[in-house]
Amino acid sequence: MAILKVNDVTKKFGSVTALDGISLEVRQGEIYGFIGPNGAGKTTTIRILLGIIKANSGSAQIFGMDAWRDAVEIHKRIAYVPGEVSLWPNLTGGEVIDLFVKLRGGHNKPRRDELIERFDLDPTKKCGTYSKGNRQKVALIAAFAADADLYILDEPTSGLDPLMELVFQECMREAKAAGKSVLLSSHILSEVEKLCDRVSIIRRGRIIESGSLDELRHLTRTKVRVQTAKPIPNLNDIPGVHDVEEFPGGFTFQVDSPRLGEVIRYISSCEITALESTPPTLEELFIHHYQREG
Amino acid sequence: MSRLFANTLALAGLIWRRDRIQIPIWVVSIAFWSAVLAAMLPSLYPPGPEREIIAQTFANPALISMLGPGYGLDNYHMGAIMAHQMLLFTAVIVAVMNIILILRHTRRDEEQGRIEVVRSLPVGRLANAASAVLVLVLTNLILGAAVAVPLALLGLEGMDWQGSLLYGAVLAATGIFFAAATLFFAQLTETSRTASAYAFAFLGLSFLLRAIGDISSEPLSVISPLGLVLRAQVYVNNYWWPVVLVLVAAGAPILVAFRLNTTRDLEAGIIPAKPGRRYASRLLQSPLGLVLRLEKTVVTCWAVGMFVMGASYGSIFGDVETFAQTSDLYKQILPSVEGFSLTDQFLAMLLAILSMIAAVPALQIILRLRGEERANRVEHLLAGAVSRNHLMAAFLVVAVAAAAVMQALSVVGLWLAAAAVVSDPFPLRETLAAALVYVPLIWILIGLAAALIGYFPQHTNLVWIYLGASLFTTYFGSLLRLPEWTKKLTPWGHIPSIPLEEVSAGTVFLSAITAAILMVIGFTGYSKRDIIR
Ligand SMILES: Nc1ncnc2c1ncn2[C@@H]1O[C@H](COP(=O)(O)OP(=O)(O)OP(=O)(O)O)[C@@H](O)[C@H]1O
Ligand SMILES: [Mg+2]
Repeated sequence: MAILKVNDVTKKFGSVTALDGISLEVRQGEIYGFIGPNGAGKTTTIRILLGIIKANSGSAQIFGMDAWRDAVEIHKRIAYVPGEVSLWPNLTGGEVIDLFVKLRGGHNKPRRDELIERFDLDPTKKCGTYSKGNRQKVALIAAFAADADLYILDEPTSGLDPLMELVFQECMREAKAAGKSVLLSSHILSEVEKLCDRVSIIRRGRIIESGSLDELRHLTRTKVRVQTAKPIPNLNDIPGVHDVEEFPGGFTFQVDSPRLGEVIRYISSCEITALESTPPTLEELFIHHYQREG
Repeated sequence: MSRLFANTLALAGLIWRRDRIQIPIWVVSIAFWSAVLAAMLPSLYPPGPEREIIAQTFANPALISMLGPGYGLDNYHMGAIMAHQMLLFTAVIVAVMNIILILRHTRRDEEQGRIEVVRSLPVGRLANAASAVLVLVLTNLILGAAVAVPLALLGLEGMDWQGSLLYGAVLAATGIFFAAATLFFAQLTETSRTASAYAFAFLGLSFLLRAIGDISSEPLSVISPLGLVLRAQVYVNNYWWPVVLVLVAAGAPILVAFRLNTTRDLEAGIIPAKPGRRYASRLLQSPLGLVLRLEKTVVTCWAVGMFVMGASYGSIFGDVETFAQTSDLYKQILPSVEGFSLTDQFLAMLLAILSMIAAVPALQIILRLRGEERANRVEHLLAGAVSRNHLMAAFLVVAVAAAAVMQALSVVGLWLAAAAVVSDPFPLRETLAAALVYVPLIWILIGLAAALIGYFPQHTNLVWIYLGASLFTTYFGSLLRLPEWTKKLTPWGHIPSIPLEEVSAGTVFLSAITAAILMVIGFTGYSKRDIIR
């Protein structure tokens, strides 16, 4: 079931087209990664989903309701964390967390206190004195303390230390286990790789690829390192093989993922003694897509 | 509909919580000073024929332009005096309070990205604007009551409950109107600085319109919200209709603002931000260039504003002159300063007041140094090869120059308008020279701001209070017969009123030296302390 659905949304800022007909769908219970280079349109999409800016055309729906028109109804069931959290300098972190939770209409004090403990935040300090990471923690705690059905996170961990990053990932897994859905925009690709079921790559206001990580991997190249008893003839000429490099006793090369089987069959005739194939990391995938239409 | 306002009350609670100190300070100080000044009146104006004669001289155009029309001058009891001398001034202060508070909770929060988080919660699109309006309407009502009750309880001659309540109601209504207008301006622009420039320009325009209208054209005054509320004739005829009218009128900007607020994008204005240059201009290569670039709009707007203000007052000189020539009474009782006409006295007063107004943009410029620090932007500069001294010097240079330019512009405006309406205008060169004597006084305030930035960065707003006090003692010093020492507390009390008295080069020199010393203190403190938020 689709919790969040963006259909052919376009957004212009004056003459700048920030979003050019993008579509997305987040299903119940999945963590959806949203990645793309700087200025691609991730934050713009998220702000349209939050109903704080208005799309020029297309539809953005959450829980089957319109993101602009039904914003209040929707927001009772979502939690949002921005990358750059600005808070009121003369309120304490604890006050802000309570305020956010109260506005959303819930109050789960044990859960709140547990999260403050886990994220190691001092809730008695004024927000004006918090570091960037600590301000982000305030927003994260407020988000996870709410019993939301959908979490919208825009680079939520850009200021967290590695330890807190782990706590964050833990919270995400718990949310997922509880059947919640997440839209996660992030530049930390290892995080996306660990957490997300499906991802979309956005570039210059268009979705250029989406699907599960496996599906995306299929669209790119696998790295192969092979050692054979007999030399492999004409490796360079086999369709789908790229970047061949020889080392004593073998080769490394890249192969278009769909042709991997074919290529392995061909080289197996040369008596493979060692074979290593590494699927592309998300980073390689990302760079591949990023550069493809360079 | 209700969805647009969802959670308004909760947000209003948040505003109360955030302003738990600021709002009470505003309310208490306005109420306190109103009561204190009222209590002083009986000793200043003892009943008797003398009071009635003084009252007649108050009907002169110069004073009307500054205080508003005098009602009840034929029976100038304490109530009439209070309403005549204090109501307009207090109303302006209430308007300033409303402009500051509304912007703080609307455009500035939005600009700083705080509304974004709030709007991701189940909060209506209008909840933020509505909560700000709600809190300020309440604040104004409380303020009105806080002023009215003590005035009535003082039980002075002519200050009954009905009049006192109306006095409070006029202040509350003016406050609500300016809150509403500011909410509208906050929708138009992307930055709170520009919105505040619009709002203060609107306030200034209302004041000038009233000043000119009160002298020559009643309808002109009634168009101005400040002029309209004075038509309540508090303590004299106690009309309530101006209060009702102003409150009804406040509905319009609120509705338009709500309408704009529901249709526009968050953090966007209605007046679109223009795309700018691709490369920094030749100017923008140094801290000084940066300051000029940052302050370009503010300085331009103020330059125009100062000129218009000078011209508006200049246009009154014709009436002042006619009055002085035709009023026998006036000739009888005010030959006090020999050889100088009412026109000269009015000019002396105006030059001092214009210089205090010219201090506002100058102070804004130097305080921007602190603003940049608060916004975490100073570190970018200091992380580059810019020393603290260099940075502060850049702001100081611009502020010091702006002070002189603003003062000069207002005087040129004043002279041009006066020359058009007066038979025998005062010479431009000498007036300009007289006006520039006040410029070092503005520098002293700039120096004070620099010293505060250096040593008390959390309390830079004190300099505004000091300027306010200077303005008050100059404006009301003789009317309230304030003791001489109160005037001496401000730089303006140490400069003779030109052209009535002679100034020595020594006085001017001394002011400049004082300013320089304060600036040096500023440099010392600023280069030693932490950069903080
Ligand atoms: N208010 C605005 N006015 C004009 N252009 C805007 C505005 N907001 C965003 N844009 C433009 O829209 C495009 C998309 O910006 P967006 O913030 O969505 O990028 P992003 O994918 O979130 O980038 P990042 O990874 O850096 O956070 C950018 O080109 C940006 O300059
Ligand atoms: Mg972004």
